[in-house]
Amino acid sequence: MATKRESPTLARSQELWLLISALLTLIPDVEHVPAWLTTAVAVAIAWRVSIWWRRAALPPRWLLSVLVAAGSAGVFLTYRHFFGKDPGIALLILFLALKLLEMRQVRDGLAVIFLCYFLLLTHFLNAQGLDIAGLSLAALVVITAALASLGHAAQPVVAHLRLSALMLAQAAPFMLVLFLLFPRVQGPLWGMPADAYSGMSGLSDNMSPGSISNLSLSGEIAFRVRFDGEVPPKYLLYWRGPVLRLFDGRTWRSGAQMEKVSPPDTATGETVRYAVTIEPHNKHWLFALEMPVAPPTGAIVSREYQVLSKTPVRSRLRYEMQSRPDSLPGMDESEASLRNNLNLPANNPRTRALAEQWQHEAGDPEATIRRMLDHFRKENYFYTLTPPLLGENSIDQFMFETRRGFCEHYASAFVFAMRAAGIPARVVTGYQGGERNPVDGYLIVRQSDAHAWAEVWLESKGWVRVDPTAAVAPNRIEAGLASAVPAGEPLPFLVRSDLSWLRQLRFRWEAVTNTWNQWVLGYDPVRQREVLARLGMREPDWKAMTAAMAVLCGLLLLGLTVWALHKRVRTDPTVRDWNNLSRKLSRIGLARQDWEGPADYAQRVALARPELSGPLRAITELYIDLRYGKLSGKMPRQKLREMIAELKIAKV
Amino acid sequence: MQAVASFKRWLFRLYGPEVAPIILTQRRVYVLPTRAGLAFATALGLMLIGAINYNLSLGYALIFLLAGLGLVTLLHTFRNLVQIEISPGRIEPVFAGDIAHFGLRLHNRRKQGRFAINLNFAGGDAVSVDLAPETTTSINLPLQAKRRGWMRPGRVTLETRYPLCLVRAWSYVEPDMRCLVYPRPEVSPPPLPLSATGETGGARSGKGTEDFSGLRTHQPADSPRHVAWKAVAREQPMLTKQFTGASATQVWLDWNELPTGLGTEARLARLTRWLLDAHAQGLAYGLSLPGRKIPLGHGARQLQDCLEALALHGD
Repeated sequence: MATKRESPTLARSQELWLLISALLTLIPDVEHVPAWLTTAVAVAIAWRVSIWWRRAALPPRWLLSVLVAAGSAGVFLTYRHFFGKDPGIALLILFLALKLLEMRQVRDGLAVIFLCYFLLLTHFLNAQGLDIAGLSLAALVVITAALASLGHAAQPVVAHLRLSALMLAQAAPFMLVLFLLFPRVQGPLWGMPADAYSGMSGLSDNMSPGSISNLSLSGEIAFRVRFDGEVPPKYLLYWRGPVLRLFDGRTWRSGAQMEKVSPPDTATGETVRYAVTIEPHNKHWLFALEMPVAPPTGAIVSREYQVLSKTPVRSRLRYEMQSRPDSLPGMDESEASLRNNLNLPANNPRTRALAEQWQHEAGDPEATIRRMLDHFRKENYFYTLTPPLLGENSIDQFMFETRRGFCEHYASAFVFAMRAAGIPARVVTGYQGGERNPVDGYLIVRQSDAHAWAEVWLESKGWVRVDPTAAVAPNRIEAGLASAVPAGEPLPFLVRSDLSWLRQLRFRWEAVTNTWNQWVLGYDPVRQREVLARLGMREPDWKAMTAAMAVLCGLLLLGLTVWALHKRVRTDPTVRDWNNLSRKLSRIGLARQDWEGPADYAQRVALARPELSGPLRAITELYIDLRYGKLSGKMPRQKLREMIAELKIAKV
Repeated sequence: MQAVASFKRWLFRLYGPEVAPIILTQRRVYVLPTRAGLAFATALGLMLIGAINYNLSLGYALIFLLAGLGLVTLLHTFRNLVQIEISPGRIEPVFAGDIAHFGLRLHNRRKQGRFAINLNFAGGDAVSVDLAPETTTSINLPLQAKRRGWMRPGRVTLETRYPLCLVRAWSYVEPDMRCLVYPRPEVSPPPLPLSATGETGGARSGKGTEDFSGLRTHQPADSPRHVAWKAVAREQPMLTKQFTGASATQVWLDWNELPTGLGTEARLARLTRWLLDAHAQGLAYGLSLPGRKIPLGHGARQLQDCLEALALHGD
């Protein structure tokens, strides 16, 4: 039935459509592919455009084969393999560019279009924000218009674009249904190549001077929190992350994590309930307010009260948490564990000596702690994002020479001194504070809120949080980073507090982004079940979803079929008036027969009712002129209507 | 083969010639994806696997939008064909071996245009046509005439891939059309059997302006030598010069006078050629076939009658 036919040659307008589509598709890739590939693709497209412009011949096939081989070799040399995300995208881009150079027939054009569609998908590997979504939609309209031009070249540009937009608009309801109901599977389907999660930032499991202040320079969002009730006061917003207890004199590291078996809380108190949406950071830990009560599904709470996910957080994740700010954790800490939190390397002798002296003078641990904090408060310490670099005995250098530091310097020095004084202590890293978005009520925690503080173990209270930064810069805890560091420090632009209109704008934008993240990007198998259950689906398993999907798609198709079959036959107003005349005359039994022409009809009526013959002839002549003659325009049509309306028919 | 043919007849509702106007109702328009459409679906499948593997929520959205686009295309292509009204138009007789043109009128009732509709007979070349809104478009659908007599072209396939080449919608119609096919004239025949008539001394060739008797509309069978080229140069319609000189004569073309070794079709071919020649030379001619006799005459009407008689000989 399908006769094999030669694919038609591409028209110039079609070629232009395809070139524009390819260009639009490739632009967002520029920042993600190696520079040589960008250059090569730019040259290839410029070459193709010049061929189009000059109506020149396309390069010979052998040359293209050489270019394909060279390009593939380049990809291999760059990535050392062909499998995985980045080399795959690079190859696709290469093929698209070279396909443009051998684009002769409609068939080649179709291949270009399909490659463009595919490349649109790969953009989402790098970013899925609203901006890239908008760009991709625009590209999609153009690519589809190019596809439409392949079907029918001889139409104006606007017609292709309009058709493309219409068809995509009609496809949108299908997208909505499929998006909601297509049974989601949690990926990955196979092992991911190592490069899949490059470029994610966040806290690490070690801390050395400068690591957190570096992170604080980023205004990126770490996670968002929605509280069930009121947002707790700022001084309670300590988001617990990696706990570090191993120290080598310069860097703090976390030790092995064991799951906590016994219930973590030892005291009653108010429970705070909230949901965290965390940005991917490719690490196991999740953040929770101190102290977490129970882990979310797929995670554990460790003996050090860290919430750890069983798999690294590689995509945006939403989890529900409960915390008790007033709990007394670690009352049951073992001897061995406490000893671990007293280990110190044999360096930084001056700090060690000072701490031993304080312990000697103060006598009990709590007084020693107070003594240390007073020291920070009264001596000439500065809180700054740009502390001087420190050498081997970093703590001694900080305590006695530079006295300028960020939170990691204070936390590190404090924990070191406490251990020297015989008090079990450890460093806790995480985030402190956050900013409530008045638009949607979410608390936004940024990388610039990264913080480090200390925990000491007291016999009567268990693990107690001590934040030495609060002694130096109380504003950091009460009002955030921007108000705590001196003016002129290199704060992230968006964290600055002095541009209020900009902040308003940012709040709005972030609220929109958050909604997008929560409902579009965060629509995973769990969310899908939630939403469908809320929509009234009793048992949202894949069978029910598929059935609902089929039914809804069927209904949509039915609607479109009705649209496709809809006949909008508009009657000519002149004919309508003429029919009115017949209706009028039907009252005296003189309706027009289907087979009767206007002249015959008028004659028949005139024979039956001679008194009508005069006006009727005028009407008929005008009608014939309007309908079959050259007469047209508003005035004569109006006149016809009036003449028919004014025709007086007396009943006999 | 028989079973396949009858299945196809049942499936596509092919029950012989239909009464005009034939309306392509939704039940007789079929849609299936093209090869490009299948490639599109395959690409979407691959994209879906990628989106699942990398948990690309926006990727799902893109794929579902494209899947929706595929379904919408199905309806658009269907809509491009459905409810066209087809009626047969003019059909001119042709000689066997020539291309017959079957006139078709396609009426588009809709307020939107229809585009890139291809029509063809089985074995004939396709004609692509756009239908403007609320108009009737006339086309000529070619099909080679193979044998003399009444030629029925069979069913017309209407198909379209508009708008996105991903889906093919098609329909079969069989308008009640037939084309009269004259026998193919013999290529190098013996000269006109002028002496065979026995009544006159022979024909003069039609050359010479003194015998020019007038002009008439050009017929496809007229010799190009007699075309009034001057008139054509003045952009007037093609005219043929007619000659009825003083010695214009008559010729009687008799089936039975032909050599006995000649078969039926060969006889018809020769008679056709002679008819054309006689007509071109402006002779009066008559035709005698077994069971049919056409008296002497001349002009277009006479030629038509004679050719028709030859075409339908033996029917």
